[in-house]
Amino acid sequence: MSDPAYLVLEDGTIFEGQRLGAPLSATGEVVFNTSMTGYQEALTDPSYAGQLLVMTYPIQGNYGVNGRDDESRRLQVSAFVVREHCLAPSHHLMTSTLHDYLLERGVPGISGVDTRALTRRLRAAGVMMGSLVQESPQQALDRLRESKRYGEVDLVPAVSAANPFEWPPEGVYAPREPESVRRIVVLDLGVKYNIMRSLGLLGCDVTAVPARTPAADILALKPDGVVLSPGPGDPAQLGYVVETVKGLIGRTPLMGICLGHQVTGIALGGRTYKLKFGHRGANHPVKDIATGRVHITSQNHGYAVDGQGLPGSVEVSHLHLNDGTVEGLRGLTDPLMTIQYHSEASPGPLDNMYLFERFVEMVEGDAQP
Amino acid sequence: MTKPSKVLILGSGPIVIGQAAEFDYSGTQACRALREEGITTVLVNSNPATIMTDEETADIVYIEPLTVDVVERIIAREQPDGLLPTLGGQTGLNLAVALADAGVLERHNVRLLGTSLETIRRAEDRELFKQMLVEIGEPVPDGETVRTWEEAEAVRQRIGLPLVVRPAYTLGGTGGGVAHTLEQYEAIVKGGLAASPITQVLVERSLLGWKELEYEVMRDSADNCITICNMENLDPMGVHTGDSIVVAPSQTLTDKEYQMLRSAALKIIRALGIEGGCNIQFGLAPRPDVVPWAWPDGVSAAPGDRFDLPPYYVIEVNPRVSRSSALASKATGYPIARVAAKIAAGKRLDEIPNAVTQKTTAAFEPALDYCVVKIPRWPFDKFQFGDRQIGTQMKATGEVMAIDRSFEAALQKAVRSLEIGGRSLLWEDPNWADDPMARPMEATDERLWTVMAALRRGAETIDVARRSGIDPWFLERMQNIIRMERRLLAEPLTRDLLREAKRLGFSDNQVATLADRLPEQVRDLRKEWDLRPVYKMVDTCAAEFEAATPYFYSTYEDENEAPPLKEDKVLVIGSGPIRIGQGIEFDYSAVHAVWALQEAGYKALIANSNPETVSTDFDTSDRLYFEPLDEESLREILHNEETEEGVGPGTILQFGGQTAINLSEPLYRTARQIVGSSYETIDLAEDRRRFENFLGNLGIPQPPGAGIRTIEEALSTAQQIGYPVLVRPSYVLGGRAMEIVQNATELIRYMSMALELAEGKPILIDKYMEGREVEVDAICDGEAVLIPGIMEHIERAGVHSGDSMAVYPAINLTQAEVDTIVDYTTQIGLAMDVRGLMNVQYVMMQEDGAESRIYVIEVNPRASRTVPFISKVTGVPMVRLAVNCALGTPLKHQGYAGGLWPRQPLVAVKAPVFSMSKLIGVDTYLGPEMKSTGEVMGVDRTFPAALAKAVIAAEMALPPKGGALISVSDRTKPAAIPVIRRLHQAGYRLYATEGTAAEIRALGLPVEQVTKRLDEGHPNVMDVINEGLVDCVINTPEGGRSTLQDGFQIRRAATERRIPCFTSMDTALAATEALLAGSQAFNVLPINEYRQPPTDGD
Repeated sequence: MSDPAYLVLEDGTIFEGQRLGAPLSATGEVVFNTSMTGYQEALTDPSYAGQLLVMTYPIQGNYGVNGRDDESRRLQVSAFVVREHCLAPSHHLMTSTLHDYLLERGVPGISGVDTRALTRRLRAAGVMMGSLVQESPQQALDRLRESKRYGEVDLVPAVSAANPFEWPPEGVYAPREPESVRRIVVLDLGVKYNIMRSLGLLGCDVTAVPARTPAADILALKPDGVVLSPGPGDPAQLGYVVETVKGLIGRTPLMGICLGHQVTGIALGGRTYKLKFGHRGANHPVKDIATGRVHITSQNHGYAVDGQGLPGSVEVSHLHLNDGTVEGLRGLTDPLMTIQYHSEASPGPLDNMYLFERFVEMVEGDAQP
Repeated sequence: MTKPSKVLILGSGPIVIGQAAEFDYSGTQACRALREEGITTVLVNSNPATIMTDEETADIVYIEPLTVDVVERIIAREQPDGLLPTLGGQTGLNLAVALADAGVLERHNVRLLGTSLETIRRAEDRELFKQMLVEIGEPVPDGETVRTWEEAEAVRQRIGLPLVVRPAYTLGGTGGGVAHTLEQYEAIVKGGLAASPITQVLVERSLLGWKELEYEVMRDSADNCITICNMENLDPMGVHTGDSIVVAPSQTLTDKEYQMLRSAALKIIRALGIEGGCNIQFGLAPRPDVVPWAWPDGVSAAPGDRFDLPPYYVIEVNPRVSRSSALASKATGYPIARVAAKIAAGKRLDEIPNAVTQKTTAAFEPALDYCVVKIPRWPFDKFQFGDRQIGTQMKATGEVMAIDRSFEAALQKAVRSLEIGGRSLLWEDPNWADDPMARPMEATDERLWTVMAALRRGAETIDVARRSGIDPWFLERMQNIIRMERRLLAEPLTRDLLREAKRLGFSDNQVATLADRLPEQVRDLRKEWDLRPVYKMVDTCAAEFEAATPYFYSTYEDENEAPPLKEDKVLVIGSGPIRIGQGIEFDYSAVHAVWALQEAGYKALIANSNPETVSTDFDTSDRLYFEPLDEESLREILHNEETEEGVGPGTILQFGGQTAINLSEPLYRTARQIVGSSYETIDLAEDRRRFENFLGNLGIPQPPGAGIRTIEEALSTAQQIGYPVLVRPSYVLGGRAMEIVQNATELIRYMSMALELAEGKPILIDKYMEGREVEVDAICDGEAVLIPGIMEHIERAGVHSGDSMAVYPAINLTQAEVDTIVDYTTQIGLAMDVRGLMNVQYVMMQEDGAESRIYVIEVNPRASRTVPFISKVTGVPMVRLAVNCALGTPLKHQGYAGGLWPRQPLVAVKAPVFSMSKLIGVDTYLGPEMKSTGEVMGVDRTFPAALAKAVIAAEMALPPKGGALISVSDRTKPAAIPVIRRLHQAGYRLYATEGTAAEIRALGLPVEQVTKRLDEGHPNVMDVINEGLVDCVINTPEGGRSTLQDGFQIRRAATERRIPCFTSMDTALAATEALLAGSQAFNVLPINEYRQPPTDGD
């Protein structure tokens, strides 16, 4: 277990550590998350596809992994980077250790890294490509030269469901739900289970459809509302999704979350841009402009919607308190709400579940004009 | 809400167990935060040894007793429009409630800021609190609030044992406990009812063995809520959180569990309507294979594919800034008290700038990228015979915190920080058996070591978990430490192995012990292999933003974030955890030293391990190293601060108590600069033989004695100088293990114990002189000696100076005596070449008819615990002057001359405060070993008024009418006569034991005789105490250890009934003097006004 491994950034910085998980190589964008709990949820969050995830909290794997906390059907990160992983975890729900989980699912990792130094590097220089290898730093540099950059690839097809599916899929944890009274379709750009679970708990019958499902096919399902899910990559790559969203706006109540928010912004005529090192963590303060209230949010995004250039039919509903970036939009004429963060939490604070309720109210309002 | 213009802040009074320096930290932050808002701050506290009572901290400072009467007089005088009740601990909160109940707040139009009276009641009244939780759907353990034993018994019959008993409105859980048997239950319920000021206790289902979690939450007036930090107790439920090893953030919780409790915490703070900070404690069901009965039926013990989150209960809420919030503040870097004060003044979280990042706001939740471990510091190194079981009654006097990137390293650094005789996790009691499970694993102050010993002997993790209730996660980390111990024992010491050991927090000393090297050799190896710690920043945001706080911890990683400061700089060594003998007074001095250095143009660095203090606040120094205070840490810090030429900063030791003084030798050995009195000076004062020669050369008398190293030497010296003798180890503080010994048998017993404790340093043996004791703090620049004031002790020599009442000025001294003391002090300071502060203790023997003869008992070339007291009453900025002298600026260039500072137009009495009711089994009699945990000050124009205030503030005041039990030794019977007469004069009923009763009858006074033999009929001494017939006990033990036992039960009974118990006739005399003087005769003035000549308005 003390085989060496190397993480090399595109600027040439080398971090040496020990192999964790599968003995494989991986190349992708290196990003950091400051959440102190929830590694299992993060590892299975499709929005991390194409990325090497660094956890800033130094001790990972303390409670192992369990049968409840997966957020999608597989591990999504390209690689996992930690200061230390726990070999002897302790939890009553535990089914496996972090190491075995990564190993069995074919995901490589590296342990023993000065993750704070790495985070400071990313903070100062911005997120960048990196490669994790077992052999030598030189090999990593070669791979970096050969790989496509993160923003140049459409990562959505790889994480979206191949076929429509009903919530809950077999074997996925779903608490007892109230009787369904409305039908919600989720456009799966890389959906997390807890989005569907949260809607289910509010009495919604939830169906997820593949990312390439056209608007007409979605509307043909006669949904009471549509949720545009989060997902990985640069929204500018997603012309086909933008077209779908254009076809949905005004025709059904819409809730866009994270990537779903970004594509809505583009569909409305706005633009998106890349943040220096993104927002990833469970402690991001967002101000709800309508109420003036500050909510602590769970975030995972590297792009943002530019507040300038949006049409008069929408207004900015939420702002990030730290850097003033747009965190949500609200339709003034159409039933439309979007948020840049993760109201479904998992991992992260449960403070924003009210947004699902707000969406359901919007759906109700639309149903009874 | 309109912003208040003048706010009264209530302090927390003296340091006692359960309420320590954390409230100086919170009060100080609050004063600063409010002043920034343009609000005038009025502060009241009875504890002079605090930064908050500095005239620079608040606008108007009162050092007065914390009673309703006194505070009403302050309110009437100052007319504040707001009162901040939530920063002075339980004392401040209770006082605020009492002020409201007495109608004071209404009468003077003062509103409570931050937390309403209704909220305080809802959080503090068990029944209201429970009702509220039920209403909002939060789970509470089954139980009931009871007011009588009969009600309690009915609850037991319904729920069954074990039951936990919690008295309402007491601090540190005073009087509570877990009962497993009916006898225990009755004792704890009755004790708890007596301890509760409203005679109310909560009896509920015991969650013994459950995980204990705490959340620090904050809410503003716009209902924005955030969590600052969560913390997990390594010790499961059943141990008071103040007595638990605590780790931050939680380690064993999944995100779902973390968020479940976080959401509950926010729901509760909203329901309570608190505006400010609040601490919420939860019990969470532990693993079913560790504590099966914690789970509902049907949950199997085998881990597997289940989805259930564990059940939890809400245990307790503190609707105020607490000890936990001080810890959370230091653990995260988030200034909780400061933000709470701003919220109380009407600000919203998003309107308060984040002082750490200076870019973001206070509306966010800190992210940690390190692990924090807190370990309590218990007083059982002093009270070896006390009950060392740890439970719901807090017993620790202080705590240490350590930060690192792994739990193992944080734990091991915290252990180093405890300063228990250099004890690491390797320590074992030689008597511990080989059987791994033979040692008890219930909570005691030594559990960490007994658990390590069991694991080291091969005990299974799960077995130890079941026995101790400690989650296997923590035990597995201890196994990691043990695996490394084995490797260090067995494998050759390579660079990789040493690096791994350092990353697990092994000190050079531990590595040396295990790898059979000398510590210095391990150090050399590290140098050779380039294995040095780096320093990383505590920045509240896990490096996401650039931060401005200079708050660092060491770790063995790659990147160092603390390059040496370029400017001229000095390192100030703090005093570590608060313990008996080394309290908050030293933090006061360390903080002032930092300020003085900054004023003198230096960058001030501080090293300390105590999270409760002002010195470890994020904006006190130019750079804070949160580190153990031992040789290894100190040398690494100095190395880290070296310039390119290899020159490290100078170090100031004289403000960090004995902790810092003990570092003088390694500094000297490694040729590092000490700023101020040199190692030579320090050694001269500590080395008995050198000191004796030194005083002899000056012609200054001292009690005959010697420094000795063997029992034979001790016996011959004692015979030569004559019994009784005073014996103590050198290089210790607070009179640790100091005793008065009456004969050779006792001396042999003492020496066998003390030689082990002395760690090779000599034992000091002196002729015991029972004279008047006088104490002097002075500042020396090498040319002149300034004496700000002379203090006279009320108790005769033999009572430790820290436990004595002291009076400034020395009102009973003749001019000739004053002159002699000034002369001796000046001669000593100059001849010792002291640079900075020194403290000299004298004893004065009155010889028949003749002039008294003055002897030097001891000299300490460092700040003493009376520095804040004397600074405040004289107005002399002692620490600032001392720092400048240490830096080389003579007194005369600072505008001061040598000699005695003019006597101020006031009298101040310092009185000790004890925490004996919390320390079961500890004898309360006053002796040469210090026992008090804190102090108060009474100041006024006259001695009787100052004395009255001191006894009120120290809760030693006698009620105007009542009864007294007197049982005194033959030796002290003459001294008892004036006490007896005064009590009689005040109308007290007198009860006395046989001999004493005879004496009272001989005086012609009425007395009821009681027997001290508990098995020989009634009424006996215990009856009159337990039946509430007496309001004070006066008991002086006969000399000698064996006879101490006689009075032990009397003294404990008095302590447990919370009635004053006087073991020194001098203290009793002072208390009766205060009784006769009455309580109405005193002034209530800001401290600076006492120093002005009296006016008619006084």
